[in-house]
Amino acid sequence: MSGKSAFFKKKKPSDWARFIAVWGAGMLTVSVLVYFIGFILVKGVPNLSAGLFVFDDPKQLSLLPPLIDTLILVGFTLLITAPFGVFTAIYLVEYASRGSRLVRIIRVTTETLAGIPSIVFGLFGYIFFVGWLGWGKSVLAGGFTLAVMILPLIIRTTEESLKSIPDSFREGAFALGAGRLRTVLRVILPSAVQGIFAGVILSVGRIVGETAALIYTIGSVFDHPVSLASPARTLALHVFTLAAEGFHREQAYATAVVLLIIVIGINFLSSFAERRFTKSLNR
Amino acid sequence: MRVIFFIAALASILSVALICLFLFAQGIPAMSEIGVFKFLFGEVWKPNADPQQLGILPMILGSVYITGGAIIVGVPIGILVSLFMAKMCPKPLYRFLKPAMNLMAGIPSVIYGFFGMTVLVPLVKDIFGLPQGDSILTASVLLGIMILPTVITIAETNLRAVPQELYEGAVALGASHERAVFKIVLPAARSGVLAAAVLGVGRAVGETMAVRMVAGNQTLMRMPYDFLKGVRTLTANVIMEMNYAVRGSLHDRSLIATGVVLFVFILIINSLFSMLNADKKERTRKKRITQSGSAGEEGGEAR
Repeated sequence: MSGKSAFFKKKKPSDWARFIAVWGAGMLTVSVLVYFIGFILVKGVPNLSAGLFVFDDPKQLSLLPPLIDTLILVGFTLLITAPFGVFTAIYLVEYASRGSRLVRIIRVTTETLAGIPSIVFGLFGYIFFVGWLGWGKSVLAGGFTLAVMILPLIIRTTEESLKSIPDSFREGAFALGAGRLRTVLRVILPSAVQGIFAGVILSVGRIVGETAALIYTIGSVFDHPVSLASPARTLALHVFTLAAEGFHREQAYATAVVLLIIVIGINFLSSFAERRFTKSLNR
Repeated sequence: MRVIFFIAALASILSVALICLFLFAQGIPAMSEIGVFKFLFGEVWKPNADPQQLGILPMILGSVYITGGAIIVGVPIGILVSLFMAKMCPKPLYRFLKPAMNLMAGIPSVIYGFFGMTVLVPLVKDIFGLPQGDSILTASVLLGIMILPTVITIAETNLRAVPQELYEGAVALGASHERAVFKIVLPAARSGVLAAAVLGVGRAVGETMAVRMVAGNQTLMRMPYDFLKGVRTLTANVIMEMNYAVRGSLHDRSLIATGVVLFVFILIINSLFSMLNADKKERTRKKRITQSGSAGEEGGEAR
């Protein structure tokens, strides 16, 4: 740290005030986060019972069906959006001439998408997929709505991974006589796959946690979806329903814990993949 | 293959076009049917009364109050924490803090909302002796916490982009570490830190579920001093009534129009953000050219 020497200079009262403000804010934020996670865990874990993991629950409290619905939705959404996102990034980084007008438009629209709040996506999905296309509240409509929502995230993370591949890789491949496509498929993508994976996992986290964009597109119906055309309820929607009804606090805590643990797991997996990716580049 | 990549790249353009088209096509006619002025500045929202009254001013104000409160709670702390992370925190602690902030950004808003319902609402109720703890204050505190990771991540990236020579120059002239950070580095990253705050505002305005769970959702006109009373935001209005509004009715379309108003707010906030952030990117690029370093851009900002 280059700041060491200055750090040990004699502090004036004003410096102490700054020091305390900064450390205080840091500690406050950490303790809020720790308290928050601790609270959910302490309240939720004791309420995790076998009864919450049954397949058929007429009382609609079990979290197994929403868990299955969540997995289906994640798979379906990624199936739609991952190819689009990755291909867009490949086009932007490997093919398009930088600074062309089209690239600028794609950039602006991607940024716009990234900034739109999920309720607006929900509204759009409700008007367009549910209503106009006549899909009704279904996994299909919910999946497409979320696909639009996470598209910018996948584009951006893939773009960053592709950009961090050194140009020497491309030049080497070209020098060996490979065409552009061959270079992309055989050299660039295999080296970038860890980074792309990290981005995809991050978007899984967003799908798992989403509620506002889903409630009017997937329907929040507690049932086993028989097809993509039937409505469903994800874990996050299940937490919301239980919490909003207010009669089943214990089950809400328990479901929130499961959701939280999944999100924490996804987070770790994503940063793990990202670390491995950066390491593989620096080797 | 090139063509396939190209067509895929058009997806985001198509998405934005469709979103604008369908929201505006349904929202704008509804607004003009109600009367734009009556809709935006109407003080009464009674969709089921006769005569029907569809004014969203209470909700616009609700969004403004809660967002303002979230700024007061979240932005100063967020900037201090970003200073902490970029310039003051010991390395081992940073290795814990950085993933912690990513996690905080990744926690779903329902869980924040649920936490708010079960902890903050009773707390506010007890402290102020209120009949109900759902209030502007509660929602502001919760949203302030929720925007922290956004503000921190962006501000930290921008603080790190400030050339080290500025800091070193200040220290060489006798400034202490704290003084150099606060008086030189922070002002140098001004526009980037402001961009972080603006992005935080964007998140606060658009937040739906958590706010809906703790804000009380009354469609009444409130003044800023009513911060212990409940209020409804634009987002909550959409999420709460979409369910029972008859499809295609004026009520239903006025909710879409509410979404349009929200959308326009967000577009304004986001272009403000890109303007401020573009300023910083320009400088970072110049710095990169001079140093030709490979400082990988942080991929934080999870949502």
